[in-house]
Amino acid sequence: MTTRQSPNAPRHDAMIAFDAVACVRGGNVLFEDLSFAVCEGGALLVSGPNGAGKSSLLRLAAGLLDPVAGRISRSATTALTDERAALDPEQSVARALGWWARLDGAPDGAVDAALATLGCTHLAPVPVRLLSTGQRKRAALARTIASGAALWLLDEPANGLDADAIPLLEAAIARHRAAGGAVMVATHIALALPDAQRVALGAAVPA
Amino acid sequence: MRLLATLFVRDLARSWRSGALWLPVGFYLLVAMLFPFAVGPDPVLLARTGGGMLWVAALLAALLPVDRLFADDARDGTLDQLALRGIGEESVVVARLAAHWLGFALPLLVATLPAAALLNLDGATLARLAIGLAIGTPALAALGVLVAALTLSLRGAGGIVGLLLLPLAVPVLIFGAGYAADAGGAPLKLLAAASLFLVAITPFAAAAALRAGRS
Repeated sequence: MTTRQSPNAPRHDAMIAFDAVACVRGGNVLFEDLSFAVCEGGALLVSGPNGAGKSSLLRLAAGLLDPVAGRISRSATTALTDERAALDPEQSVARALGWWARLDGAPDGAVDAALATLGCTHLAPVPVRLLSTGQRKRAALARTIASGAALWLLDEPANGLDADAIPLLEAAIARHRAAGGAVMVATHIALALPDAQRVALGAAVPA
Repeated sequence: MRLLATLFVRDLARSWRSGALWLPVGFYLLVAMLFPFAVGPDPVLLARTGGGMLWVAALLAALLPVDRLFADDARDGTLDQLALRGIGEESVVVARLAAHWLGFALPLLVATLPAAALLNLDGATLARLAIGLAIGTPALAALGVLVAALTLSLRGAGGIVGLLLLPLAVPVLIFGAGYAADAGGAPLKLLAAASLFLVAITPFAAAAALRAGRS
């Protein structure tokens, strides 16, 4: 059950560093003694079967869960895209994203630019409740892109995306990394992440 | 402060669009309409019991929006996204409490006018009832927010909400109805104290409940 990344001692310039972190969910140890650091321009690819703790790892990184053991130090603004869009279903995509962009202090036009990045400018006036799974995923990714956060946490970002959208997502991640950002991606769909560190979580233990 | 305003406007707009604002006030008026059918059209009896009856109606109306207060935001991940941005749960609760009070209590106060007419309340009773409700509804709103946060991670919490909220609201009911029945100042002061206390502790208690419910 122990998954250990090649000893990557947490560094001071790391955007996020896990130091011997353990995670317990529902009485099961999902992983323990996990250490890694992600620096500017870096990427971390989390893989593993369903229930191995990929989402928990990202929630730990986001600070939404507290580690049972170990230490997590985070020094960058963070944005998370998970399976829940967190967009007001009654509002249009542009307005719902605009609300978050204002909260994030993003410049004007950041939402439009993010939607264009993902090739879904045409979705801007559509109410969120009418979106399909893939369109909702694109809108949620657009929030992360528009947020201007340095560290992106993407939980299954390619789920529900069609074949055309995946290269757009890969390009957006590459641009973000080139600009000094970092990503942590948990995915079971192959994504092109050049020179990404890898963390493979073990099999789920049946309860 | 700008953050609170942003959250407040969003909460208010969201409950306005979802139509949740009409439910409590509709319920309140319905009770005022049904009460004379149940106890008979005796004007004296109605005038004597009407104030207390409307307080009970307001209390029960406060229950109706509780299960929606945080559930939607928790389900669609909004609460997590706010926490991720370092926005304290206390701020989220304060904004929600203010929006909930405005959306719940203001229509109720306006509806008290026709309700008092239906129950044959005189002007002095109506004034005392309105003052009492204006002071007491923040307490009811705070209790609603608190119970909503406490029961957020429970499945099928609908029944528990009432069992938790109603006993806690007993002091508010006693002081509010007491002031409506009789002009003495003591119940009003106690009502104000209860209201102040609940509004003061709710942001911290509900925020702690939201944090505990996240893991």
